[in-house]
Amino acid sequence: MTYIAKPKFHHPGLKKNDLGYTHRDYEGKISTLCAGCGHDSITASIIEACYELSIEPHRVAKISGIGCSSKTPDYFLGNSHGFNSVHGRMPSVLTGANLANRDLIYLGVSGDGDSASIGFGQFAHSIRRGVNMTYIVENNGVYGLTKGQFSATADRGSKSKKGVTNTDNAIDLVAIALQLGATFVARSFSGDKTQLVPLIAAAIRHKGASFIDVISPCIAFNNHAGSTKSFDYVREHNDAVNRLDVLVGRDPIAVDYAPGTVQMVEQHDGSKIALRKIDADYDPHDRLGAQTFLARHAAKGQIVTGLLYVDPDAEDLHEHLDTVETPLNTLEADTLCPGSAVLDKINASLR
Amino acid sequence: MSDKKPISSVNDFVVRFANVNGSGSASANEMFARAILRHGVPVSPRNIFPSNIQGLPTWYEVRVTEDGHLGARGGVDMMVAMNPQTWDKDVAGIEPGGYLFYDSTKPMPSTKFRDDITVIGVPLTAITNSTYTDPRQRQLFKNIIYLGALSALLEMDPKLIEQLIGEQYKGKEKLLSSNVHALHLGRDWALQNLKCPIGLRVKKSDKVGDRIFIEGNSAAALGAVYGGATVCAWYPITPSSSVAEAFTAHCKKYRHDPETGKAKYAIVQGEDELASIGIVIGASWNGARAFTATSGPGISLMTEFIGLSYFAEIPAVIMNIQRAGPSTGMPTRTQQCDIIACAYASHGDTKHVLLFPEDPAEAFEFAAAAFDLAERLQTTIFLMLDLDIGMNHRLCRPLKWDDAKQYDRGKVMTEEMLEEGRDFGRYLDVDGDGIPYRTYPGTHPTKGSYFTRGTSRDRYARYSEEGSVYADNMQRLVRKFETAQDLVPRPLQANAERPTKYGVIYFGSTSPAMDEAISMLEARGHQLDRLRIRAFPFHSSVASFLAEHDFVYVVEQNRDAQLRQLIVNENGIDPVRLVPIVHYDGSPITARFIAKAIGDHQDHLKVTPLRKAVS
Repeated sequence: MTYIAKPKFHHPGLKKNDLGYTHRDYEGKISTLCAGCGHDSITASIIEACYELSIEPHRVAKISGIGCSSKTPDYFLGNSHGFNSVHGRMPSVLTGANLANRDLIYLGVSGDGDSASIGFGQFAHSIRRGVNMTYIVENNGVYGLTKGQFSATADRGSKSKKGVTNTDNAIDLVAIALQLGATFVARSFSGDKTQLVPLIAAAIRHKGASFIDVISPCIAFNNHAGSTKSFDYVREHNDAVNRLDVLVGRDPIAVDYAPGTVQMVEQHDGSKIALRKIDADYDPHDRLGAQTFLARHAAKGQIVTGLLYVDPDAEDLHEHLDTVETPLNTLEADTLCPGSAVLDKINASLR
Repeated sequence: MSDKKPISSVNDFVVRFANVNGSGSASANEMFARAILRHGVPVSPRNIFPSNIQGLPTWYEVRVTEDGHLGARGGVDMMVAMNPQTWDKDVAGIEPGGYLFYDSTKPMPSTKFRDDITVIGVPLTAITNSTYTDPRQRQLFKNIIYLGALSALLEMDPKLIEQLIGEQYKGKEKLLSSNVHALHLGRDWALQNLKCPIGLRVKKSDKVGDRIFIEGNSAAALGAVYGGATVCAWYPITPSSSVAEAFTAHCKKYRHDPETGKAKYAIVQGEDELASIGIVIGASWNGARAFTATSGPGISLMTEFIGLSYFAEIPAVIMNIQRAGPSTGMPTRTQQCDIIACAYASHGDTKHVLLFPEDPAEAFEFAAAAFDLAERLQTTIFLMLDLDIGMNHRLCRPLKWDDAKQYDRGKVMTEEMLEEGRDFGRYLDVDGDGIPYRTYPGTHPTKGSYFTRGTSRDRYARYSEEGSVYADNMQRLVRKFETAQDLVPRPLQANAERPTKYGVIYFGSTSPAMDEAISMLEARGHQLDRLRIRAFPFHSSVASFLAEHDFVYVVEQNRDAQLRQLIVNENGIDPVRLVPIVHYDGSPITARFIAKAIGDHQDHLKVTPLRKAVS
């Protein structure tokens, strides 16, 4: 949503991926968000992840609601169809789009206002249905577009820019997603691209409801002392349980990992997630354990990041509904309409 | 005992069953209606039920109508009074000379009866208790026993009822034989102890022809199957739930891949109406034919998305089975009260296409057509049924389908068209009809993608808050709505035998009552031309009809004459020339009501010149 045209010039020597696409092919319009916004870092991570996975940009449908975060799909994958729907309703629109054509990749981008308030119900139900999607919440704990009100993810006791203390309890979307049966649950920090890019890549490859909560500081209204969503606070309280790498049948992606044990997770499509475990005791296949782990660390004011839970054998909504492999949007009258002979029989049965 | 001559009528009377909700009477009562149909005599049944599961009063009315009048008539010729709770009201509702059928196991004081009706007592409880020991069996078979007694009283052919029981319990021998036994228990008791037949009688006829007997909701659901709907998202609400349930049943039967057995459809029970329409819009945006079914309260919730559908130009089909509003209103009573709410749903300047089927046959046709219209016009299409059509069985012409028909997918720019270098502007009016081209997501690697949003944008889908750009877009939407006038079903006009300056406009489920009212009015000497509106936007013939008549009655089932408002608003006509005839107590409008209201007004018009002269 910008008035500024992006320069067409780019360096002729830009690196290309397996499809021959450069990073530029995964970019969108120039962001109109505030300089330094965490959301722009997430945009960059999405671009990086799609580039690394060699996804055809036009085979992605990017869907959002309303708000700062929901503007971001305009800033990546310029050759994809985007849908800026209505406030908090991204999940239902994405669900419908997914039902119509199971062959595309669905990226749902939302914010904490979008998903934890008006869209809390739709968030919950899309997760419990197992819609095959990557649902990213760009979580800054504040309403930026309306200038600084607390959102439902703002921590109790945290302060607004005006110095008001939040007395409401916070909604932890990761905890909710785990409880609702999301089969891929992660949390990350917009300032930690090393962790975030492979998380997004793994979520895209995951078949089922993938949910990533990304703490994304609002530079204008929530990056001050007293905020628990500021750059400084998150850096100081980030407790990463793992870092990962995604292998999709070719050379591993080179990322600098912290030392620790390695666990390989093979997903339904053969792709592998190499989990570099920082916390050697953390088991990302234990849903209940993840919930306890999260709660214990939250009580200490720590923000747990990394891949918190994954079910590599997840099913998605299409499998639950047992729909045909052919996308429903390509079916025509010859295969959908029972025809006049059947109608005659129906008529006869109604006399 | 009766001091009035008992009503005597063959194949033309109304029987009303008063029961307790949850007593299992519905299937016996429906069988009664079907049995009369099997005699070749048209019937028009209506469920009158409370918003409750068990215990409250429920009624089932069967109009037996040799002449084929399918609207509600009003009045009751025979009351089958099985609910002590409503006894007084039920007895009071019987026409003078009518009949009261009741369970005479326990004696009733004479004050509980009327002198001007014929009272027929059958000891139903005593008969059932002497035959059955199981309490549920006693309850269920009591209904079949009174059906048997009625068959004797009305001189119905028991073989035809046995045939129906046979069809209903095909393959369930035990149930079949026990039901037939119960039928004859009641029939034999009546034949041995009562004077049969009474004045009301069913005589075999040939007036049903090849017509079918189907509920509007089921027909609409079948229309969605034939119309190519592959995605249905819905949230349960009376009286629309049976649309989605019937669609599910039809799809299970007709929509599986023969090789894999997999479903060529997706049905999701949403968490609410908001999610349901959101799923429909997401699916339609992505090129699938999708619909939801709901009622007034659901429309209220969906309104935000309906505005998005209008402005972002995304197809959607909403089947609105109307009930009495506002708010929760009367959930199980019928009205045509969502006309304005649907025509202008959402904030800002919006207009939506409404289709008004008169019966299940049109519900089927219009439902199928709604998907073509939605994709052709890229907007929301409302199929405006109501409880009276939706949840009641109606006799209607057989459903028809042309196998040569292909779906109209509207203006969709393909990969090939983009490759040819066609200029793609998502909101570009290339043909002057206000309808732009769209592309499905995933069509082309570098061309044809766009960003869908509910904010203002230019012809190439680029965000813009320029006033001229916004106005240009809004004007195009007006052009598109004008285009819709010639795509939607046209009004049907029928003229009076003699030239007249009076006309009547009506729509939807009012139709059968209107047809009957016209003949009643003609008998009173009133001639009226009539126009049945079948869609909004209004075709130009509506304006012509208004211009050709001094006064036009607009008959509808809501308090505020909503269709009249819409006509006045859209045609700029002097409201004085449109006379509202409104009925809104939640019961279906009757021919008697229409004929009286119009007839009285016509009489009043005739004296107007005299009054003017006096003043």
